[in-house]
Amino acid sequence: MQRLDRTELIFKIIAYSFVTLFAIAALYPFIYTISAAVSGKLAFETGKVIFWPVDFQMDALIGVISDKGFWIAYTNTLFYTFFGTAFSMILSVMAAYALSKQRLVFRSKINFFIVFTMWFSAGMIPVFLNYRMFGVEFRWGIIYGFGIQAFNLILLRNYFSGVSKEIEEAAIVDGANEFQILTKVYLPMSKSAVATVTLFYALSRWNGYFWNLILVNWTVEHPLQVFLRKYLSEYLLDENASITNTPYSPYSYMYAMIVMSIIPIIVIYPYLQKYFARGVNVGGVKE
Amino acid sequence: MGSKFNRDIDTMTIEELKDEQQSELIEKNKWHHYWHLIKKDWPLYAMLFPVLLFFFIFRYMPIYGILTAFKNQADLTLGVGESPYVGFYAFRSLIGGDYSREFWQAFRNTFAISMYGLIFGFPVPIILALFFSEIKSDVYRSITQILSYLPKFISTVVITSIITLMLFEGHEPHQAPGILTSVLTNIGLISAGTRMLGEPQYFRSIYIISGIWEGAGYGSIVYFAAIMAISPTNYEAARIDGANKLAQIRYVTLPGMAPTLTIMLILRIGEILSVGYEKIILLYNVQTYATADVISTFVTRIGGLLGGQSVSLNTAAAAGLFNSIIAMFLVIGANFISRRVSDTSLF
Repeated sequence: MQRLDRTELIFKIIAYSFVTLFAIAALYPFIYTISAAVSGKLAFETGKVIFWPVDFQMDALIGVISDKGFWIAYTNTLFYTFFGTAFSMILSVMAAYALSKQRLVFRSKINFFIVFTMWFSAGMIPVFLNYRMFGVEFRWGIIYGFGIQAFNLILLRNYFSGVSKEIEEAAIVDGANEFQILTKVYLPMSKSAVATVTLFYALSRWNGYFWNLILVNWTVEHPLQVFLRKYLSEYLLDENASITNTPYSPYSYMYAMIVMSIIPIIVIYPYLQKYFARGVNVGGVKE
Repeated sequence: MGSKFNRDIDTMTIEELKDEQQSELIEKNKWHHYWHLIKKDWPLYAMLFPVLLFFFIFRYMPIYGILTAFKNQADLTLGVGESPYVGFYAFRSLIGGDYSREFWQAFRNTFAISMYGLIFGFPVPIILALFFSEIKSDVYRSITQILSYLPKFISTVVITSIITLMLFEGHEPHQAPGILTSVLTNIGLISAGTRMLGEPQYFRSIYIISGIWEGAGYGSIVYFAAIMAISPTNYEAARIDGANKLAQIRYVTLPGMAPTLTIMLILRIGEILSVGYEKIILLYNVQTYATADVISTFVTRIGGLLGGQSVSLNTAAAAGLFNSIIAMFLVIGANFISRRVSDTSLF
């Protein structure tokens, strides 16, 4: 018995240490980013910032907040996230509802039509040329051109398929039409699935970079991610970037920009992470 | 043969003709019946229509553009339709012509990055889930789990920006190196002033380690759920039989999560060609093409999607098509096997 307890105890110690280290490692770069953003020029440039801020200053953050280009990009990201998610959700919820109905004519063929797009893509060049052809090079174009993700649609459809049929039938007896059944029966009964899919759509809009960069022609319509990246590459190219008169290092300015861009995410994360985690488990989809 | 066919029609009995007409009628009625069903239920189809239109326009229409790969690239300004065909010219230039060196390099890199990612990245979420299941304090476990998913929530641009800044080599005398470069220099892994993102030998390690940091927490969720589903009585029984912790893992936990493990492994193999190109584009540069360039980044570069001079649209489209076709077979194959093995598939 003694020996058994010992292996279990050793394993427990290893488990606690590993898990703790991993959690710290996951958080550390973000803490460092914040510290680097608010540390003084000399402290940062001599490598004194390791975990906590040294020689606290707010000027870098204030500098970012008063940067007009940054706010234009921020507003664009809010635009893409808000309207993009709304558009995606309205269309996906309606389609998933229709697809969850057994009586749908050609149901399996339509399902295949959707699922096939997850298997085969024409490739980046034809997709790019096609987007150009359909005018996806301005704000609203991005909204409709990246509206639906097959995976999210199937996730919703599977959830809707599990909604109790008795309540639906009762609603039909009461004279509810298709739209009322969806909004009064299905949506209230699948709150967590709807939240999960909304979160997936919103995150992919907020984090979107590549397609927006190559499709959107006007810099004033670029989202935050594109703006951040452009700023970073310009800074790193500039060997003399450090020689400035500001009370903060130019790199702190870059870190401050990152801080400003992830604040909303970090703030909502504790509230939304459970939906985020749930997405994986409902992800084991069947046709 | 022809005469026999004619004779068949000539000698068709009245009854046979009737059958023919009837099946035609049934066929007609069938469509009529469908149309009737659709009309009766029109709100349902109206709800579905926008999404079908979306998939048609943005997922099926591009298939026509695959023709780009068989066209003369100089005339692509005419549009995909009008420019003349040159057959497999673009494919030949990829496989054995002007672009072959870069293409095969990208092809090898795609497999190498995926395989290393699989070998080093696949076990970590499993180990992490195993350790999470060992934490008996719900509060402590939740906190560590939630923190471990956090990086997955953050955009690729932010992640790669932080990586770039932390791996910064420093400008003497007025800028100290990034924090990671300092640490690695201090423990003697690299020499001072090394620009890690500019050295081909470091690229894959940077890509894969940061990938594990980013994704292992989120990846552990599915395994954690599988471990939690194992009945505690199995552990009790193993303990009574004198199994120590390792034996319990070996004979209870691992067999219990075997189905999940198998599916995840199969699905992962199916995705071998879909390396996260966005992250590579954000981390690589001319100096690291030798180890970092994958097929999709090669396509964006040769296709001139990110600007730059060397534009060969048809070569890029050909490489993309090559990638898509192999990827499709891998994904379909993986799903087929996964469905056979476990009755579960992603689609």
